Parts: sequence; C-alpha cells; structure tokens
Amino acid sequence: MDLLLDGFATALTPTNLLFAVIGVLLGTAVGVLPGIGPAMTVALLLPVTYSVEPSSALIMFAGIYYGGMYGGSTTSILLNTPGESSSVVTALEGNKMAKNGRAAQALATAAIGSFIAGTIGTVLLVILAPNIADLVVKLGAPSYFAIMLLALFAVTAVLGSSKLRGFVALFLGLAIGLIGTTTGQARLTFGEAKLADGIDIVIVAVAIFAIGEALWVAAHLRRKPLDIIPVGQPWMSKSDWGRSWKPWLRGTAFGFPFGALPAGGAEVPTFLSYITERRLTKHPEEFGKGAIEGVAGPEAANNASAAGTLVPLLAIGLPTTATAAVILVAMQNYGLQPGPQFLDANPKLVWGLLASLFIANTLLLVINLPLAPVWAKLLQIPRPYLYAGILFFASLGAYSVNFDAFDLALLGVIGVLGLAMRRFGLPVLPLIIGVILGPRIEDQLTQALAISQGDVATLWSEPVAVVVYIVMALLLVGTVVAGRRAGAVQPDPENQNKQEVSA
Amino acid sequence: MTSRRWSRALALALAAVLVATVSACGVTRGGDDPDNRRLRMMIPNSPGGGYDLTGRAAAQAMEQEDLTGRFEINNVIGASGTVAMQRLLNEEGAEDVMLLMGLGVVGAVFTNKSDATVDKATPIAGLVAEAEGILVPADSPFQTLDDLVEAWQADPSSITVGGGSSPGGPDHLFPMQLAQTVGIDPNDVNYISYDGGGPLTTALLGEKIDVGMSGLGEFAGQIDSGELRVLAVSGAERLETVDAPTLREGGVDMEFLNWRGILAPPGISDKARQELVDLVTEMHGTPEWEEALERNGWIDNFMVGEEFEEFLIEQNDRVESTLKELGLA
Repeated sequence: MDLLLDGFATALTPTNLLFAVIGVLLGTAVGVLPGIGPAMTVALLLPVTYSVEPSSALIMFAGIYYGGMYGGSTTSILLNTPGESSSVVTALEGNKMAKNGRAAQALATAAIGSFIAGTIGTVLLVILAPNIADLVVKLGAPSYFAIMLLALFAVTAVLGSSKLRGFVALFLGLAIGLIGTTTGQARLTFGEAKLADGIDIVIVAVAIFAIGEALWVAAHLRRKPLDIIPVGQPWMSKSDWGRSWKPWLRGTAFGFPFGALPAGGAEVPTFLSYITERRLTKHPEEFGKGAIEGVAGPEAANNASAAGTLVPLLAIGLPTTATAAVILVAMQNYGLQPGPQFLDANPKLVWGLLASLFIANTLLLVINLPLAPVWAKLLQIPRPYLYAGILFFASLGAYSVNFDAFDLALLGVIGVLGLAMRRFGLPVLPLIIGVILGPRIEDQLTQALAISQGDVATLWSEPVAVVVYIVMALLLVGTVVAGRRAGAVQPDPENQNKQEVSA
Repeated sequence: MTSRRWSRALALALAAVLVATVSACGVTRGGDDPDNRRLRMMIPNSPGGGYDLTGRAAAQAMEQEDLTGRFEINNVIGASGTVAMQRLLNEEGAEDVMLLMGLGVVGAVFTNKSDATVDKATPIAGLVAEAEGILVPADSPFQTLDDLVEAWQADPSSITVGGGSSPGGPDHLFPMQLAQTVGIDPNDVNYISYDGGGPLTTALLGEKIDVGMSGLGEFAGQIDSGELRVLAVSGAERLETVDAPTLREGGVDMEFLNWRGILAPPGISDKARQELVDLVTEMHGTPEWEEALERNGWIDNFMVGEEFEEFLIEQNDRVESTLKELGLA
C-alpha cells in the first residue's frame, strides 16, 4: 500500500500531471480516427514520450493508452464507425442512442463505465497478478475451443424475431470469416495476397454500420422528411444511472478474465456482455433502438479486458494482444523488462505504472465528461453534411488500416451488403459475431487437433473444457424445458397429454 | 457560465493544446532544410514485432543524428510481408522509400505463391541477425540436444514443435532445415504455428507442445527464472546472454540465422542507391544504433553492396528449396 502511495507521489507532480493531460488529449485525438485502434495510437505516439524523462513518459503513455481506447468508442457512438474491434458492439446501441438525441448520455455512460471497469480492473490486477499467471497458461486450445463454442451458442439469443434471418446473417459472417490463410493454405482469397490475412473486422464493421446506413439513408432521403435529431438533456438522468451501474459491474466481470486469458481478447466479452444485458434488461423493447445498458456493459467489458491484459504482461511478460505487445516495447524502452521476477524486482516502477494508469483513467473521465455534450452537438449538422462526414471518416478509417485503396473497394462491396441487409431485415450483430468468432474457433480447433494428431478426444481432455461443455448442456436443457413450458400454456392437447404422462 | 460558453472554452483549450504539441514536435527537427530529404520506410508487419522494432530503431538513429529529415514509417500489414513486398515492387523508380524486411518475408512470398520475390528489388543493406533457440519446458525429459534428436528420429511425428511464425517464417524454416540435417523428412515434422512469441510462451509453459523454436529475446524472463530451458542456439557462436551450446557443439552440423535488412524499389538510379547505402552505412556507425543492438540482443549483420546482394540470392534459393520439398512453394 505504501508503495502505491509512493507511486502516486511520483506521478502527481504538476509537470507529470500536465504530461498526463497531454497524453490523454493526444490519445483521444488520434484514437478518434476510425481504423486506428489503441495499438496503432500507442505505436504512433510512442516516440513523443521518448523525449521526456522516464517517470513522465510512463504517465504520458498511460494517458495515450486510455485516451486511444476511449477515442474508439466516441466514433462508434457518434458516427457508427467503430475504430477498433472491441468497440464494434458499442456502436449497436450507442449510435441508436445518439440518433434519439441521447449521444451525451451514451458518451457519459461509456466514459464512466470505462472508468469504473478500469479502476476495478487495476485493483484486481494488483491483487491477482502474482497468483493468476500460473493458472492461465494451463488453458490450452481445447479449453479455448469450448469457450468460443459457448460464445457462439450465446449468439442464438440475439438472432432477432426471425430465426431464419438471424441464421442467414450469422452464416454470412462465418463465410466472411473463412477468407484467409489457414495452415499455410490460402482459402477464398482468389489469388489476392491482400486477402491472405482475412478481412479486417474494422473494415467489415465500418462498412456494415456506416456505409450500409449512409446508402440506406440516401435511398430514402427524398421520400422521408428530414427529422432533426433532438438535442436532449446534456447529463445522465437518475434513471440512466440506475440502468447503468449493474451493466458496468457485469461488463467488468466479463472483461477482466477474458483479458487475462492469453487467447481471450476484448471482442468476445463485449458481445457476451451485450447479450447478457439484453437478456436481463427491464426494457427489452428499447434494445435495438438505443438501450443505455447496451452501451454501459460492453464499454466496461472493453476496459476491464484491457486491464486484464496487463496480468499476463506484468506477471509473466506475456503480451497477449497487439496493444500489449506495443506496451511491452514501450516498457522495455523505459528500462522495464516484465517477466516472472518483475513484480518483486521493480516494485517502485510497477507501482508507478499502476498509479499512472489510475490517474490517466481519472483524467480521461474529468476531461471527457464535460466534452460529451460538445461532441453530441456534432450530430446537429444537417443530414447530408453529416453523412458526407461519416462517409469521409469511414473511408479514412478503412484506408488508414493499411494505406491501401484495395480496402476502400472492400468497404464499398461490404457496404452494399450492409444496405441489402437493411433492405431484407437481416440483423447485423450475428454477422459481426460470425466474422469475429468463426476464424478464432477454427484456429483453436485446428491447433488442438494438430497437437493431438487428429485425436478428437483431446477436445474434452482439459478440465475447463469439460466444465464449459456441462454448462452448455445445462443451458441447452434449460432452453428446451423453458420452450416446452411456454408451449404448454397454449393448449395443444396431444402435447399436453404426453407431458403429463412423462411427468 | 452557460454550457455553451463552457463548450466553447473547452474546444478552444483543446485546440490550443493540440496546436502547441504539434508545433513543438515540428521545431525539434530541421525537416525544412533542403539537405534533409524526407524518406519513407515500410514495415511489413504490425507494431511491436521484430521488423517494427528494427525499422523504428534504425529510423530513430538516423533522425537523432540528423543524418536525414523525418521518416514516415508505415506498417504495411498483410500475408506475412507479401503485401509490403508487392507494394515495394509497385513503387518502381521511387527513390525516397525503403522496405525493412528479412528472412520471414522471403519465405512468405513463396508460401503465398506471389511473384513479388525479393530478388526483384534493389538490395541496400543487411542490418541485424538473430539466432534461433530450441526451448523446452523445465519438466521436459529432454536435457540435451542429443536427447531431442534421438527421440525425434525414432518417431518424428510424435514430437510437437511450436514456433512463433506461420509456415514460411523463420520459426518454421528453422525446424524444417534442422530436420533435414538430422535425416528426418520435413514432411513428418508436426509443426504448430503460434501467433508470435507470446502465445508460444504460453504453450510452452502450459506444456501443450514438446519443444519451441524461436528467437530468444521474448523468452529472457522465463529462461532466467528456469521455467524454460534452452537446448541449443542456432548461430555460429554462443550467445552472451544464454548459457546454451551451439548446434555444432551439440553435434548437429548446421547454422541458422534469422536476419533483417533493407531493400529499395527496383529501377532506381545508381546515384540514389548509393545515397541510401551511404545513409544506412552512416546510421550503422552511430552510438544510437550500437545501443539498439545491445538492448535488443541483435547480432550485427551489417553488409552492403555485392555482399548483401549475393547473400540475398543465396537465402532466396535456400528457402525456396526447403519450401518446395514441403509442397508449400
């Protein structure tokens, strides 16, 4: 505890605070650009931190990191153009809220949720880092396969009113996810090297959300009168708070463990959180039209997962995501080498870093909460100009992933798919989940089977996998029983008799 | 104060800070000096990886010593470097661009069946090399390189070999060439590809695979703490940082180095080529670069001109033959 206070003492000098503020602003400014996620933001701005002394650099870096993450959510909510894979889910409800004139609330619940999740995550990190690290390496491909399968199973909850349309969207997503190289062989790449790594999820999401939407609006612009987006209240109301705090906590509970798992990542917990909130909400009618729970939960999950990522990084020197790899490089440049003895050998620096993360997180909240209503005014721009701006940002985002015109062509093609999905009433979430989960499930399966040399029994060879399969079986039984009960209310004589007999 | 004024004040403050920061960055470099050309560098992989570290360290050394103006660094990600290689060839005649590349890019071009082979570009310089290490978990039955080779020869496919690169990359080429050397058909090697050193470490620590092959930089912590054991290193000499024999000392007559260097587009003038070679040569002499080599544990593999050109062609042929045998090229 004293060490943490020492950490705060070094981080809280006026100069360092100024660097933290600059870091947060720079990080947010660059992170707002779609297509530039936290990893790229940190990599781009890292050289800026080299020119100041290490303790200032560390805190500036923490600011850039959190700012970059928050910037991605801002564009998700305002422009429907997520800047990174982990804020894709935020766009679902967040942008709908913005259209209802509740952009400020969406931004606020995202900022506060991120703050709470980041804080809890940092505390958990402090407590758990030394102990949890040995456990997470025990999980192998079979366990991850089981967990991903469970996540895919959860998708059935969001297929929408028409199961058929839901499955069509899911399989479209899985098909897009098939593109790329597996085990050294190209698949569905049509001989194009630029497709060899598959299609970046940011491009798919921006195309489906932003381009599809802009085309849809353009197709209806003349028929519908211009509706002005209402300004609304600038702050979160009491009921907003009431509806947000539980999703914040639940999102944190999803995000942290997934972040700490070497193959966990931030995407799966964000949509698990979304699905859970959709199930538990008292306002199911608002989902799909701008439910605040659907922003609060995933945003908290996203940030908690980022804190979780630091567990394997600090405890065993394992970078598990691209962002973590960049952080590792940054720390090495500041003379820190994370690894098994890191926590014991450099207490001062580690606690300095944790204090910096905490301060950066606080500053982010302080700076961004008052800015939320300012950002929200952006949406009062007349619609033709607003959509021109959205298209500009979407294209810029897709282009800046690789600086390649090819990605713009992809953006156009998938954008037309997005328009078609709106025309035929296909839900977009199953597609996005398919694109994210498909390749990961396949990777884990091929890896498990390659290690076992084709022996399928390997899939239930790890205890975690067995537990997950049991949970899945229970859920399945639960769903079937619930479905039967619901069916039994409708008097279907034959069915009812059977049930009585079996009971 | 009304909320409107508030927002205006905030927007102004935000703009002021941004402008101040940006202009502060601007004045530190003599970028407008006509002698200081602006150069572009392409990195064929994501931020944080080996290419990225090498490229950014080189660019930083050149900038710091004012050898040139600012570098525009661009991560061209795709197909393990094939996309970047193609991009370089497309820039035919462009005299302000260089590509940081290495052994992995040579292999990726073949596995992706691309025409953009490295011998078509203009070689500038070889920069660094890294030895690969053979790693096993602390509880592994293999104590020496001999133990491993014996078990491997007895039943090649029973040993799972993990590496941090996809097929065609250095961690894949190394076990294949090692297998060839000890008389194992590379087609029998059970190679598991992991997405970089992090996941590979996890797999080794969790004993999901029998042996890992990779550059050792990312494993320093685990090696020091004794959680991972190094059976051998692939270079001609032992590493200062790791207490392990070379392959030759362990009884296997081969050497393998993962190297990185710089290429320029085809069709540039001899003058432009010489300028780039001079620039990189100057960079090689800076203390900044010296420090980067030491910090990252890189072997100095500097070579220019014909030496690098021949090296490149020799590597290209060797990789092609290994991958052909595996049916991957």
